[in-house]
Amino acid sequence: MSLADHHRPRLLRGVRVKRDRVRGVDVLLAPERVLRLDPVGCAILAETDGERSFADIVAALAARFDAPPARIAADARTFLQTLIDRRIAEAR
Amino acid sequence: MTETALAPSAASRPAPPPPLAMLAELTHRCPLACPYCSNPLELTRKAAELDTTQWTEIFAQAAELGVLQLHLSGGEPLSRRDLEPLVRAARAVDLYVNLITSGIGLTERRLDALEAAGLDHVQLSLQGVDADSADEIGGYRGGFVRKMQAARWLAARGIPLTLNAVMHRRNLDRLEATIALAVEMGARRLEVATVQFHGWASLNRAALMPTRAQSERAAAVVREARARLKGVLAIDYVPADHHADFPKACMGGWGSTGLNVTPDGTVLPCHAAQTLPGLRFERAPATPLGRIWCDSPAFQAYRGTDWMQAPCRTCERKTKDFGGCRCQAMAMTGDPAATDPVCIRSPHREALTARAERDAGGTAALVYREGCG
Repeated sequence: MSLADHHRPRLLRGVRVKRDRVRGVDVLLAPERVLRLDPVGCAILAETDGERSFADIVAALAARFDAPPARIAADARTFLQTLIDRRIAEAR
Repeated sequence: MTETALAPSAASRPAPPPPLAMLAELTHRCPLACPYCSNPLELTRKAAELDTTQWTEIFAQAAELGVLQLHLSGGEPLSRRDLEPLVRAARAVDLYVNLITSGIGLTERRLDALEAAGLDHVQLSLQGVDADSADEIGGYRGGFVRKMQAARWLAARGIPLTLNAVMHRRNLDRLEATIALAVEMGARRLEVATVQFHGWASLNRAALMPTRAQSERAAAVVREARARLKGVLAIDYVPADHHADFPKACMGGWGSTGLNVTPDGTVLPCHAAQTLPGLRFERAPATPLGRIWCDSPAFQAYRGTDWMQAPCRTCERKTKDFGGCRCQAMAMTGDPAATDPVCIRSPHREALTARAERDAGGTAALVYREGCG
């Protein structure tokens, strides 16, 4: 499934973000997977709640970081699509 | 005192990066008798198992050390009556909790309790795609039906499911059916794991070793299925390593990523480390996990690259595969510091291939796991 602007992405059950205090980083915990999150990944996931559409997420991030929406959309789409393909997130 | 170049000592050696994952082998008891069981020939008795309080202490030590993911394994962890409080204890220290099970011993009531305790994920083993073949491998009549029931309970609750299918000569030709079953069961992930011949499994090399043709076909089946099922089923594939050119980075490198705790609390750098000579393993929680990870000679023995011999020592892959599997090096060459004989640069590679091909042409009967009941 390809992520479209109207889709409302969300992390699947059994996937959570946590602050790893020992290493001082944010991590995404999923079945058999630990992904270290960079600040961009963290910001995207903070907006990814299953309520907001992908277009809303991009708009919010573009406003927050004062960055061109096209650039944000490209980064966020690549990031979320990878999670969707790996059955860590879904788009509905 | 002046600063001079000192040999690394316990005082000056930098602390290793903390482990990401811990495998807790809660018990060696198991209702199944799989011939490819990777647990040691000599199992830990029930009387020697750690109790709830000791495991709880180990989970807290693990979280403090930096472990993020906890795999509850065995044996069959459902054989532990205190599995539910153990899951709760692990979640209380914010570990990600994965239950590795055959599903035998699961009831709806237990599953409700495990879910309420905060279980994150279940990894269900699959011995075969139908009752006859699955129950033959597991040595347990009715096991397949109970497993399928367990999978339906998991799906009904929405608990994330990974299927772990151990593949070998007898079932590798049914890989397409295995993948289809994983989709039908609602699994999110499938691990296609070619049998590795450690522990009890080493007695079944001639009964289970896949042929080269089977492995090559399996790789193609996985490639096709991954593309077709993208976003439906994630597939991890562990090929038979003697059909590859280079070894796997066993455990991501010795003492670098994960640790194992056996039912009596013995802390190991890998599942089969007790087959290596000259290592003394300490027990948690009496000796704290963090001290074992950082200072135990057994964890330092093959950590990093300083221990390597030729050809590993000068190899550009030495920080990619870390010389491969120490236990396989020991089993095949008698030297635990040798290059994994899977590597095409190992002088033992030809002998390994010849032995695997001889085993693949074998007709031996299955030798069922003993001592776990």
